[in-house]
Amino acid sequence: MKYAYFPGCSLHSTAKEFDLSTRAVCKNLDIELVEIPDWICCGSTPAHTTSELLSLALPLANCTWAENNHLDVVAPCASCFSRLKIATLEVQKDADLRKKINTIIEGNFEGNTKIFHLLHLFSNGNGSAEKLKEKTKRDLSTLKVVAYYGCLLARPKEVAGVVDVENPQSMDRILNKAGLDVLDWSHKTECCGASLSITDKKVSLRLVHEIIQTAADAGADCIAVACPLCQSNLDLQQSELKNNHGHKYHLPIFYFTQLMGLALGLETNKLGLKRLIVDPRPLLKNKNIIGIEE
Amino acid sequence: MARIGVFVCWCGSNIAENVDVVEVARYAATLPGVVHSVDYKYMCSDPGQKLITDAIRTQHLDGVVVAACSPRMHEVTYRRTVATVGFNPYLFEMANLREHCSWVHENKAEATIKAKNLVRMMVEKVKQNQPLYQIQIPVTKRALVIGGGIAGIQAALDVAAGGYEVILLEKDPSIGGHMAQLDETFPTLDCSQCIMTPRMVEIVQNPNITLYSYSELDALEGYIGNFTAKIRKKARSVDITKCTGCGVCQQKCPAKVPSEFDEGLSTRGAIYVPFPQAVPNKPVIDREHCIKFTKGKCGLCEKICPAGAIDYNQQDEIVEEKVGAVIVATGYDLLPKDTYAEYGYGQYPDVITSLQFERLVSASGPTNGELKRPSDGKIPQKIVFIQCVGSRDASQGRSYCSKICCMYTAKHTMLYRHKVPKGEAYVFYMDIRAGGKNYDEFVRRAIEEDKAVYIRGRVSKIYLQNGRMVVRGADTLIGGQVEIKADMVVLATAITAPKGIDKFAQKLGVGYDLHHFLSEAHPKLRPVETNSAGIYLAGACQAPKDIPEAVAQAGAAAGKVLGLFGGKNLCREPIVAKVNESTCIGCFICQKACAYGAIEMKGLKDRKGNVIKVVASVNTGKCQGCGACTATCRSNSIELEGYNDQQIYAQINAIGFTND
Repeated sequence: MKYAYFPGCSLHSTAKEFDLSTRAVCKNLDIELVEIPDWICCGSTPAHTTSELLSLALPLANCTWAENNHLDVVAPCASCFSRLKIATLEVQKDADLRKKINTIIEGNFEGNTKIFHLLHLFSNGNGSAEKLKEKTKRDLSTLKVVAYYGCLLARPKEVAGVVDVENPQSMDRILNKAGLDVLDWSHKTECCGASLSITDKKVSLRLVHEIIQTAADAGADCIAVACPLCQSNLDLQQSELKNNHGHKYHLPIFYFTQLMGLALGLETNKLGLKRLIVDPRPLLKNKNIIGIEE
Repeated sequence: MARIGVFVCWCGSNIAENVDVVEVARYAATLPGVVHSVDYKYMCSDPGQKLITDAIRTQHLDGVVVAACSPRMHEVTYRRTVATVGFNPYLFEMANLREHCSWVHENKAEATIKAKNLVRMMVEKVKQNQPLYQIQIPVTKRALVIGGGIAGIQAALDVAAGGYEVILLEKDPSIGGHMAQLDETFPTLDCSQCIMTPRMVEIVQNPNITLYSYSELDALEGYIGNFTAKIRKKARSVDITKCTGCGVCQQKCPAKVPSEFDEGLSTRGAIYVPFPQAVPNKPVIDREHCIKFTKGKCGLCEKICPAGAIDYNQQDEIVEEKVGAVIVATGYDLLPKDTYAEYGYGQYPDVITSLQFERLVSASGPTNGELKRPSDGKIPQKIVFIQCVGSRDASQGRSYCSKICCMYTAKHTMLYRHKVPKGEAYVFYMDIRAGGKNYDEFVRRAIEEDKAVYIRGRVSKIYLQNGRMVVRGADTLIGGQVEIKADMVVLATAITAPKGIDKFAQKLGVGYDLHHFLSEAHPKLRPVETNSAGIYLAGACQAPKDIPEAVAQAGAAAGKVLGLFGGKNLCREPIVAKVNESTCIGCFICQKACAYGAIEMKGLKDRKGNVIKVVASVNTGKCQGCGACTATCRSNSIELEGYNDQQIYAQINAIGFTND
């Protein structure tokens, strides 16, 4: 299996550990990722709030390379995935728009290439979920986890391609296959407030607090995420909850790929565990998942 | 030579303002065959009609053209007019100078030319017309009512009161439908059982009514006035002629099945009577759950039945009934409460549906009317009611309003407060739709006297916090989020068409809409008729309806049936298809084109009785005169009476030449 890989800006910077663990896990599961050469920004929120054309042209400039090389695209960032997928859907619907975009990007995008989020890659029936179960080396069954999807992985329905936007299951299933104790909880798809974390901190802290608290109430040791913005928001702001809400939490926020990597028995330094702000190592040591010296 | 009269109407100023009607009348007089042509301000008025009848007499007309409004408006009027003087109504035609001309054109000169063309076309057509005579169909004066809820019961009683026999069909073991499950009814809070059960008893006491309970319609054949219904009497496994209704069997039955009547809040045996007031009050064995049928053991009911009425070997029985009319009153279902993940997918036991709430407050319910919540039997101190669960939600494919939820939710808050005086009731709503006699006053009473708190907004989710449900929603009037800790949540789930009703409708040849509600023939003017002649609708099978509306519609459907049965024979329009048997090649493409199943096969026999050719034949009882068959016929062997090729070509040819 070979895919065009679109890491996006986060995975080359703040979410380096998402990139690391994604590559390590895919390699282990025989999924070849080819990083799109000279990829450019997906446009994210700034593009579509300023110009619709820009918000379509930026992602499609990236997708064109993939299509020319007969590859489907995989994007680990929820926002990148959403923008790439929306752009392809828009030009599939509207031939005139497609021509316009092709003029702008000086390329020819037909709309044939498929866009996957990394989660879909492991849950779309290509056998990697089964392979994961087979190759599991570490026992994570004592680790209680809740899967947090946030906004863009489940919505809008037609883009995310999920059956139930209110109760998505793809990450739950993967973590199950990886052998974790996946708990049901209430705040899977609530907003984490990342886009307000600088402009209106009070609001974003309240939302973070709710998510962390309900996860802890559900009995979780940690939270699994699949979006760099969710991760940094939940991870970075956790320490501030003590000052603002009087609660102290210590809930590591893992990328789901890190948990997959742990299950597959990969070395911890290849998964970037050290880079997490809420250090997961004490928890993992406590549960005898990793050794004392790691 | 033809003797045609042309009558040009001004329609006040409706036509005369934009068409020179005097000129049109003058021109019509010059057309070959026209012997009489006049104009008049209101041709449909009494003096206008007299102009026509006088001219028919004095001028000995053999064709009449009225140039006025649309035939939809007044064709029937003028047909009656000409018939009063013994003139065949099908030798009359209308030229539409209003909807097709004066109302849609601004240039008077050009509109006048078009008006002349329209008149000329109809003059040419009427020359080709032949006298047609109404079709007389004998009528079996018995009605079939399908569905024994309040609508079906009312329709059956009303038809029976008119002196005709009625067959009432009910798929469940007892009649009564949803209304029998309700506690008190809006807007008067009178007890549903008290007004319903006497009606149910009337059904069995009425000598004109035959009740088939636990029975379904297998097939309906025939046409208006002459249907044959094939009814499947499902095996009850109980001989009701022997059964005394003592009830020992259902007390002793070891099987435990969720009770449909109590909406799953209690259990029943596999042999059961749905509720104590059931009609007929005789049990059935639910073979799917009976231990005798599933495992081959048990047989307890047979052993203990003092009347020896248990019969495990009973088979389904098919009976045929001839009827002249059918009233469909198949009712509704409710959207299951596990449809929405945000309301817990049915995983919280204290999130219940409105119908379950009815059972919980009903004196005949599983708690004998004490409001105890399902999880732990505690009396809820705070209840959140959520309206529009599944209704008006285009994203879930149901954009319609279920119509009755605003009213019953208001009622629920009242019943709750009457039972738990210190209880708090919160209602999340989108709009309050309380149109109806004393309806809005009722909702105000819930708010003002019984202190229900109405919050305008949607609920985004229900989740557990320390074991208690938290209902989170928007209050759009204060523009903020609200969270209410609730002991119980009641969902006003959408009314839906019953599952499988689409297949059932196809069996009857009745149309249905996007949501599988059955279609009336016209939304305003023919609300209880269907497009299949002789089949009528009553109750919520057509659209969500409350009890008064369902009863009113049932009465209207019964009225239509009584009208049909009132005459000696059924008279039908002679505008039907007719087959030329000598040229028909028997390909039956017309049969596929016919939406009404009106094309039948007919064998042509020689003198010895051997079939020498099979041709199409039109059942004039079923034919609706749409003309679809005539367009598909490859050998040009079917024509629509009143619209045959000669007539249509005469019209078309008349466009070709003009005197102007």
